[in-house]
Amino acid sequence: MSKSLNLYIGLAAGIGLTLVAGYNFADRNIRSFPDNPPTMGALPAPIPEPEAPVQTATAPAAETGDGGGLVAAAHADEEGKGLRFGIGREALSEEIAAWNVDVRPDGTGLPVGSGNASDGEPLFEENCAACHGSFAEGVGNWPQLAGGKGTLDREDPVKTVGSYWPYTSTVWDYVHRSMPYGNAQSLSEDEVYAIVAYVLYMNDIIEDDFELSNETLAGVTLPNADGFIVDDRPETEYPIWRTEPCMENCKDSVEITMRATVLDVTPDEGATEPAAADPEPTATEPAPTEAAEADSAPEPEAEPAVADAGDASLDPELVAAGEKLFGKCKACHQIGEGAKNRTGPHLNDVVGREIGGLDGFKYSRTMGEMGGVWDEAALAAFLEDPRGYVRGTRMAFPGLRNETEVAEMIAYLKSHSQ
Amino acid sequence: MTKENKGPSRRKFLTSAAALGAGAVAATGARAAGPDPLITEVQDWAIGLGDGVDAAPYGVPIRFEDDVIRRNVEWLTADTISSINFTPIHALDGTITPQGCAFERHHSGAIELAKPDYRLMINGLVDRPLVFTYDDLERFPREQHVYFCECAANTGMEWAGAQLNGAQFTHGMIHNMEYTGVPLRTLLAEAGLDAAGDFADKWVYVEGADASSNGRSIPMEKAMDDVLVAFKANGEALRKEHGYPARLVVPGWEGNMWVKWLRRIEVMDGPVESREETSKYTDVLEDGTARKWTWVMDAKSVVTSPSPQSPITHGHGPLVITGMAWSGHGKITRVDVSKDGGKTWETARLAAPGTDKALTRFYLDTTWNGEELLLQSRAIDETGYVQPTKAQLREVRGLNSIYHNNCIQTWHVKANGEAENVEVS
Repeated sequence: MSKSLNLYIGLAAGIGLTLVAGYNFADRNIRSFPDNPPTMGALPAPIPEPEAPVQTATAPAAETGDGGGLVAAAHADEEGKGLRFGIGREALSEEIAAWNVDVRPDGTGLPVGSGNASDGEPLFEENCAACHGSFAEGVGNWPQLAGGKGTLDREDPVKTVGSYWPYTSTVWDYVHRSMPYGNAQSLSEDEVYAIVAYVLYMNDIIEDDFELSNETLAGVTLPNADGFIVDDRPETEYPIWRTEPCMENCKDSVEITMRATVLDVTPDEGATEPAAADPEPTATEPAPTEAAEADSAPEPEAEPAVADAGDASLDPELVAAGEKLFGKCKACHQIGEGAKNRTGPHLNDVVGREIGGLDGFKYSRTMGEMGGVWDEAALAAFLEDPRGYVRGTRMAFPGLRNETEVAEMIAYLKSHSQ
Repeated sequence: MTKENKGPSRRKFLTSAAALGAGAVAATGARAAGPDPLITEVQDWAIGLGDGVDAAPYGVPIRFEDDVIRRNVEWLTADTISSINFTPIHALDGTITPQGCAFERHHSGAIELAKPDYRLMINGLVDRPLVFTYDDLERFPREQHVYFCECAANTGMEWAGAQLNGAQFTHGMIHNMEYTGVPLRTLLAEAGLDAAGDFADKWVYVEGADASSNGRSIPMEKAMDDVLVAFKANGEALRKEHGYPARLVVPGWEGNMWVKWLRRIEVMDGPVESREETSKYTDVLEDGTARKWTWVMDAKSVVTSPSPQSPITHGHGPLVITGMAWSGHGKITRVDVSKDGGKTWETARLAAPGTDKALTRFYLDTTWNGEELLLQSRAIDETGYVQPTKAQLREVRGLNSIYHNNCIQTWHVKANGEAENVEVS
């Protein structure tokens, strides 16, 4: 053991010349490294080969035998044998290939393959939309992947692939290794290209027929690529805060400007009593955090009172709630004055309209041949489970979440129908 | 007679505050109203027998302490798997965090990885790519160090204002343990670094075995400095939720880099720019540009008691104010405490001299006679860095940084001993 320590001291001395003390180093950012580059050449001596050859694997999934014991013993106890202990075995190329999957901004590490947004849309719907929304808009607290442009300098920026992420390679790397959530590494490489292409398309970065591939990906520059600077605290903060602090008469007066209990968003500890109602309107929403991954506002979900889906009269509150919900539909459907058919048919007068009955819009075959009328029951069934109600519909939207939302949406559609 | 010490929840507090008002304010030395039956009457525990030595082969805290637990904040995250919980720092003392209540942060949940199934690969710009088993790790010379691990988002919910009412929630994304492990430089030397050449522009990319893999790029200089591959914490094996059987320890740097279930280390000629170091763990400034590679956790401290979850319940007279301080730059050298919201400060007593990148406990032994307090603490480290106020941080960074909020915290202690998270001018 004592010899081992000596070896470390040697190592430390070798590179210690150029390594600054730990605390000091911690303040430095990467740009300052080249000032004083430590090199292996500064080591006391070339690292000697181990006494015994490094073990080689006998099988890729070698069981943990203790055959290495000899090797280690041969080293640790001998003098002057350098820094190596002869522990471990050589990694096989198949093993390295299996784990070494990281992709760099210049595209290094990308496997051969390709896909476009059109291929990606159904894949995204199937694998990603449950959390990220059909249009990558994010569901609940799950990350929003599209939109948010121009929000970074506003309160609560929306950080998406299009608004914030600097490198396309990162999207590919992450989807490939970690998505879908709960079923990671289940997608083929072409599927990953296609899904990434869809996310880029939803951010208006590429066209829907752009072939994203190992050759083209590195050339796709994200809008916020230049939006980052290397940690500048050593220049902008440390000089200010490395000063002798005030001890007396540091300010004239002290006022409380904000209280946590006003917000009342702290979890209760006892949890037996019902949470005390605190209807006091708060000036501030609980600030969102990425403590973990909360990319969206926490908004303790104000579940609207359950509405009666059968209510025929137009409740302005329902209509208003439906209008807000309609944000999910806007990417494809227009409604109101001058509404036209887009990806989906316009929805003026949809209540009472013949199903698949709008001239000039190309419906899916099922929808076109269905017959019947969009009454409340039909709309409710369709909005709750589009693909269950109309098999083969081209509408990618996965459906509204509950009866309340359905009632709100129908009220809103009614408000634009005669 | 069983004393139900459930800890003061906000609601239960009212009861104890009432008791306090009803004459419990008796200061030390006051005469008891009558003989205490706990003393004058023979108690059950003094008559019968306690548990045998086989009652708890691995013990857990006594039931009276069952509120000293990790807690999570439901609205923070979409689910509890990719989420975080908080160390009950308001109820702990000393510096070492017991593993069982040390905060957890997972990106794909805490996985179960057995030692026989564990493999650690070193590849990239090395002379010989290697694979180690768990047993292999235990054959390298080991080191022991105590280090704090703080999530970069600790106190992140407080940027915009006082929000969560408890030290556990505002400052509980931290733990401090004694690690046993192998220096990363030892493992890198084993693989041989001739192939890496000049270290100046070299990095190691580290990743875990879980589905998120949580990959991070670390500059070679840090990798060769004090980074450990640890397999023991506080003397025993790491807990599953902290990366069993082996995790990376990156002293002084943000917790996200302390990769759990460590499976691969690649020596590279540049950073990977992984998800965790681009879309996350980067700090948006007021003008919309963002800082990246903000690895160091700056000096910080917090009063853990009294605090919202740990109000004063003992009446007037002697009061121990305590808290903890830490710095990613090195040792804590001094902690000041203010009782008046920062107008005047007095220097607290450090329980022990500060150690490198580890928690330091501080005490201010004082007297309290029911006056309202605006309690603050301010850490100073060996580089002379003084913990800033929230206003100072906002002036440089704006309101949207989320991560690296090391501002001075204020607790408003009221006449009844209750405390609240507040912001002051």
